[in-house]
Amino acid sequence: MSTPLVEARGIAKRYGPTVALADGQLTVHAGESHALVGRNGAGKSTLVTVLTGLQAPDEGTVSFDGEPAPALTDRDAWRRKVACVYQKPTVVPELTVAENLFINRQPQGRGGFISWRRLKTEAAEVLDTWDVHVDPEARTADLKVEDRQMVEIARALSFGARFIVLDEPTAQLDNREIERLFTRMRALQESGVTFLFISHHLQEVYEVCQTVTVLRDARWITTAPVAELPRAALVEAMAGESIAAVEEKASRGDVDAGAPVVLQAHGLTSESYEGIDLTVRGGEVVGLAGSSGSGKIELAESFAGLHTPTGGTAQLEGRQLPFGDVTAALRAGVGCVPRDRHGQGLVFGMTVGDNATMSVLDRLGRYGFVGTDRKRGFADELIDRLDIHTQGPDQPVSDLSGGNAQKVVMARALASDPRLLVLINPTAGVDVKSKESLLARMDSARDDGTAVLVVSDELDDLRRCDRVLVLFHGRVVAEHPAGWRDHELIASIEGVDHHG
Amino acid sequence: MADTKAPSASASTPLRPLKSKADAKAVLLRRARELALVPALLLLLVLGAFVNDAFLTEQNIISILGASAALAMVVLAESLVLITGKFDLSLESVVGIAPAVGALLLLPAAQSGWGTELPAGVALLAILVVGAIIGGFNGILVVKLKLNAFIVTLAMLIILRGLLVGATEGKTLFGMPDAFYTLATTTFLTVPISVWLAAASFGVAGFFLKYHRLGRALYAIGGNADAARAAGIRVERVMLGVFVVAGTLAAVGGLMQTGYVGAINANQGQNMIFTVFAAAVIGGISLDGGKGTMFGALTGVLLLGVVQNLLTLAQVPSFWIQAIYGGIILVALMIARVTTGRAQD
Repeated sequence: MSTPLVEARGIAKRYGPTVALADGQLTVHAGESHALVGRNGAGKSTLVTVLTGLQAPDEGTVSFDGEPAPALTDRDAWRRKVACVYQKPTVVPELTVAENLFINRQPQGRGGFISWRRLKTEAAEVLDTWDVHVDPEARTADLKVEDRQMVEIARALSFGARFIVLDEPTAQLDNREIERLFTRMRALQESGVTFLFISHHLQEVYEVCQTVTVLRDARWITTAPVAELPRAALVEAMAGESIAAVEEKASRGDVDAGAPVVLQAHGLTSESYEGIDLTVRGGEVVGLAGSSGSGKIELAESFAGLHTPTGGTAQLEGRQLPFGDVTAALRAGVGCVPRDRHGQGLVFGMTVGDNATMSVLDRLGRYGFVGTDRKRGFADELIDRLDIHTQGPDQPVSDLSGGNAQKVVMARALASDPRLLVLINPTAGVDVKSKESLLARMDSARDDGTAVLVVSDELDDLRRCDRVLVLFHGRVVAEHPAGWRDHELIASIEGVDHHG
Repeated sequence: MADTKAPSASASTPLRPLKSKADAKAVLLRRARELALVPALLLLLVLGAFVNDAFLTEQNIISILGASAALAMVVLAESLVLITGKFDLSLESVVGIAPAVGALLLLPAAQSGWGTELPAGVALLAILVVGAIIGGFNGILVVKLKLNAFIVTLAMLIILRGLLVGATEGKTLFGMPDAFYTLATTTFLTVPISVWLAAASFGVAGFFLKYHRLGRALYAIGGNADAARAAGIRVERVMLGVFVVAGTLAAVGGLMQTGYVGAINANQGQNMIFTVFAAAVIGGISLDGGKGTMFGALTGVLLLGVVQNLLTLAQVPSFWIQAIYGGIILVALMIARVTTGRAQD
């Protein structure tokens, strides 16, 4: 076999005590489209930062065309070898497309000054060469996501790179745009461009890639031609669980089919999801699963007023649930643990007590004044109930560990005695012990007849649910009653089972 | 790898016409936004001609320009910093302290100078150096130590003002040699040199920002610093350079102000920064960085200069001028927001 275009061997990378990558391996041959798959945290992104020269590995070597990779500081040399199109744009939004293609290497005329005419014609040439139909004079911020991606790809190619890493390029695209992207990828591949394609959607891997490398738990698991790796085997490699694994122990007692319906949604639609029907009964815990761009978080946020649907209705205990208004949602009886406790969950400079009671202050006093003693008592009760390890309600939240801080968020969600509890990634970045006690809250909410909606990437969280709905590109594509097996759920999250 | 073929254009998708009508219109609209203030400026000139016969005279126009020159230099300096996505509030104190240091270096101790009695040429050079050093110091704190630009330069504003008051013991410095006033007093084609210098500075800065890689790098950094870094721009170094240049330009503005007033007061430049920001933002420079042109900033300066002059000519009682001036700035911002159709953040 010829020298591989890219070869990475024994790559290891640690961030403090966290091992991001223990044994990363990748061999990509010229002219193929190579898929890199693995669940969240498997080490894909770390491997990409090493491959694109943004970080040096702690151990291991990277070589291009048999030659060792350039020094980390030699950006130009890296740019001639490899480029990555990230989900986050690496273009300057206010500048024109033409200028973005040539940032810091604008063609110069007399006296070292930029020749805008040449910049424009050269940009048009680059776009034309790679068949990108974008006006070079357009403001980059006005481009659609797919066009922006193509501009970034064209820029990389114009540097001379023929190895392009696409980091979840389809996450923000709709189906038609994805088809167009794939057509483009195939055309570029024919003209000699090699792709490393990262995606959470396995059917896309089968559609455009010839070879696939699987990472799991920071290690290389396998590399195989796509044609020789059936879907079941691929899912198994990613999940690390044999299909013949032990049957999950039967789960909890069933929800009473006669329990009153708490949440009923009809035809909910927004730019992130489409036509969602959902019914949650009192005491029922429903999980929402899906990959990062599936719309599961936006759907859950819709009920808490953090995301506004463009169509459809939702009723909470028979009353219309107002959209797009957090206060109104709270008053209607929705409690929410938002997706990111740093961004939306907590005010870190404030105390545990203040944070826990933030949304119920109106119940603790009259005319907007808050009774200090009542607040204290209320906060103490919440701290007790959730087993928050703190010196007391007056300690700043910023002192707490991740797990305890998350409990404070949960306390605030529960403080208003909600009828519907929306939990978004409730155990993200939380230690094992806190995780258990947070999940136990879900069970107790069940006992007092609250409806619970859980969004999570963690299978452990979802295992506690009475049923799990799987979203894929904004639609509910599968429903798994409790007792599902890991590979079944992963297969439908990754979009394998319902496509062929 | 060298013989890589490009895909044939006719292969897959049908060719969309590269430049549709809508695209051309968008480009035109973007150009028009740069001129957004020109109609307002013209309207004010017409209005001024009606309000007061003396307004549209050559003498008055020159006086407006002369009075705006120092402000223009500081707006230019601030605009460069803003385009790079940072802040520098301390420029108003540089306007005071830089020429003051120059004056103190050459004045005899009897005239509250330091008694070093350096020659005028060296003192003038010292003014620029002081501006550059202060700018460099701000830059190091903001860029290298990664402190918040707003609060760092606010602290510097207060410190420098305090140093000026301390060094002069609150007294006004005067009796400097002619070289200190020449920018405002010498004229070329009846217009003060300071106006020519400010105009030339705007011209050079505008040209540089449009036609030089380094100038374009300011926009790239202000628009998306990560992308700029990925494109090989030395983000930290460029930012530091911008702070130095801004400090130097503000020092020149200070010298113009000294010439215009004829002395250096301990309050020179005080509260000027608010007008500077108003002129820059009205002129379309974004406080978020990456947006705005020198032409826009210049129209912002002229607009405020004309308004100030009109208020005086219209014999508005001096006690009310400030309130009305502030109100007009607010209205101008609202108009700019409506006409540019985009958030003026």
